[in-house]
Amino acid sequence: MTWFQSPADASEQLHEAAYLADTSTATTTYLAGALEKPLLVEGPAGVGKTELAKAIARANGAELVRLQCYEGLDEARALYEWNYKKQLLRIQATSSDQAWEETHDDIFTDEFLLPRPLLTAIRREQPTVLLIDEVDKTDIEVEGLLLEVLSDFQVTIPEMGTVTAVRRPFVVLTSNATRELSEALKRRCLFLHLDYPDAVREKEIVLSQVPDLDDTLAGQLVQMIARLREMELKKAPSIAESVDWARTLIALEVSDLDEKAVDATLGVVLKHASDQDKALAALRGDANRPGRPGSAARPRPRSVR
Amino acid sequence: MTLLDRHLAFVRALRTAGLPVSLAEDLDSVRAMTDLGLADRETLRAGLAATLLKRENHRPSFDALFDLHYPALLGSGVSLTPEVSTDPTSEDRGDAQTSSATSAAEREARLAELRGDLVEAMASDDAAALQALAVRGVEQFGAMPGRGQGLSQWSSYNTMRAVSPDTLVLRLARALAAEQGEDPGLRTTTATRRVDAWRRRVETEVRRRIAEDKGAEHVARTTLRPTIDQLAFTSARRDDIAEMRRQIGPLARRLATRLAKEQHARRRGPLDVRRTVRASLATGGVPITTHHRPKRPHRSELVVLCDVSGSVANFASFTLLLVYALREQFTKVRAFTFVDDLHEVTGEFTPGADPEEVLTRLADSARHASMWGRTDYGRAFGLFQERHADALTPKSGLLVLGDGRSNYTDPGLHHLRQMTAAARHAWWLNPEHTRQWGTGDSAAPEYAEVVAMAECRNLAQLTEIVHDIV
Repeated sequence: MTWFQSPADASEQLHEAAYLADTSTATTTYLAGALEKPLLVEGPAGVGKTELAKAIARANGAELVRLQCYEGLDEARALYEWNYKKQLLRIQATSSDQAWEETHDDIFTDEFLLPRPLLTAIRREQPTVLLIDEVDKTDIEVEGLLLEVLSDFQVTIPEMGTVTAVRRPFVVLTSNATRELSEALKRRCLFLHLDYPDAVREKEIVLSQVPDLDDTLAGQLVQMIARLREMELKKAPSIAESVDWARTLIALEVSDLDEKAVDATLGVVLKHASDQDKALAALRGDANRPGRPGSAARPRPRSVR
Repeated sequence: MTLLDRHLAFVRALRTAGLPVSLAEDLDSVRAMTDLGLADRETLRAGLAATLLKRENHRPSFDALFDLHYPALLGSGVSLTPEVSTDPTSEDRGDAQTSSATSAAEREARLAELRGDLVEAMASDDAAALQALAVRGVEQFGAMPGRGQGLSQWSSYNTMRAVSPDTLVLRLARALAAEQGEDPGLRTTTATRRVDAWRRRVETEVRRRIAEDKGAEHVARTTLRPTIDQLAFTSARRDDIAEMRRQIGPLARRLATRLAKEQHARRRGPLDVRRTVRASLATGGVPITTHHRPKRPHRSELVVLCDVSGSVANFASFTLLLVYALREQFTKVRAFTFVDDLHEVTGEFTPGADPEEVLTRLADSARHASMWGRTDYGRAFGLFQERHADALTPKSGLLVLGDGRSNYTDPGLHHLRQMTAAARHAWWLNPEHTRQWGTGDSAAPEYAEVVAMAECRNLAQLTEIVHDIV
């Protein structure tokens, strides 16, 4: 099946699925569908990596199969497992005159197989989006496991043989880059780096998520977020956090994002005490005395007024 | 040149610039190009990036090479995009070529006009107009007349000097007042950002002009800056340093993950015979599962001695930051900075501190550490032995950071010898290229005989060395 007709089509369809994609996101998404290659999405937390996979699924009416990666994830959790209990029951239930060979053939069949996300995605005949979330959290061995799945879209089960995908799933891998992924894995994927959106796009995103928000307030909010991101904080605010902020402002019925409002609600966006202190100091400093010595490290002209 | 040749040259240039592009990725990119077509340049760029690029820190190199090999326009404004072709300068480019001959007054008038247009375009953040203005700016003010054949004829420095970015920021900040309200801080940051973005457009444009004269490969070889982790500390510019500072956090995090994984793998200690035998009773004396004694995690103390004189200050502060970000890997870290006097800076690194502030304070510490402002390694080592000799124990590692350039003073080798003898390990990281060791006032070879000295010129090397030290 073709997932998207063209980059423009991808952009449009994602938009309908409530995801605002920029040129490179739309193009890369389209290419991943057209070339039938897995898509590796990297970027800071909260820029909509997982959301992209969900939107692709929504746009195509496909089912989303999700494999959440974590340290210690193994084959049994990612691929398949045999249902031992059921197999035992089956052995106990067989009459004594049945030969062992027959029983043996019986208990390694589809009936006793517990498919996990990877196998599920490969065996599905309907359109499927396979999301392998936070792939950088896994151990190196799991990457090896993924290589077979991602390059040939097949899984080998020793007792049953090789299962090849009837219909290739659209694979999205996400990563926060806490660890360098292996070259082999990267080579099999298309690469997309998602970063914080520019102010205009972020405003659109916030407004699409929180339609009740006043337009000028949204503008102020986005400007403020952009400034916070420039401050080299420990954890820069993500899109999810700007949306949260917008919701908070509505709940508190704030109509103007002035210093007082920022003071009261900054906890929604910044989750570290040191970040909050720094942000408040910088915001005050900017407003009151432009030539503050502490800000000398940031590129800025010498005289403002 | 056919399209395929052009593409192959592009891929070759990427490889030369240090991007790992395999044949499989090359094939993908050609398929992507066929699929996407050449109609839209930004789509093409995105498609090629998706197939050829696998690391975000390679992006600047990729973009620069893409601009060189797939230029947006040819010549001095015979444009491929309609927005630029309406640019009035394309008609009078004949006399722009001879801009050196035009009178100063005329040049001034043109400059004023360009600045006016720039402020207008930047205020509305109009990408097409900004691009057109970059072309125009280079055209009118970026030429370097009077240089011989084979030398580059275009300069972004000339262009920017003529336009004067500081004035632009000022005017733009004023122009933004209507749109963004009465917040001077916000206005100037926005203005600075937009002017910087335009500067990058000018630099790209200049590279394109030079590439047209001499071929893309020549430009890629000579003017392209290395990726941020390959960039030498000593040749870093202000915005590079800001970028490096942003990289330190993630770098330390990646390094810590890697170390944790490696320690995890090495955790199995020697066989625990008692437990193994006891467990084997359940299987009739066959030791099916073996038990091991857990290894005790070994953590060492670290003493860092750091030259903070002007030439190596950047390198020293980044190393200190990285070492400090990895605090958990050591039981104790003590840091000293010196120029000719010695100053302890351990206190500057509080948990959760912000790299920017720490760097500022470290820069201040250079003042404390200097009495006459001339690097003197021998004196610094002597002072260390005098005041802090107790910091070095058989459990601690010693890390010296510096280029070993001691202004022809006594290198104090015997002090260093005593120090290395007192410590468990000792390393010296030198930010200079190996071939510069021993030239001029560098005492590096002599020091290298006492401690293991390693060349450490960029973030990538630094990460590897710190990994080995931990």
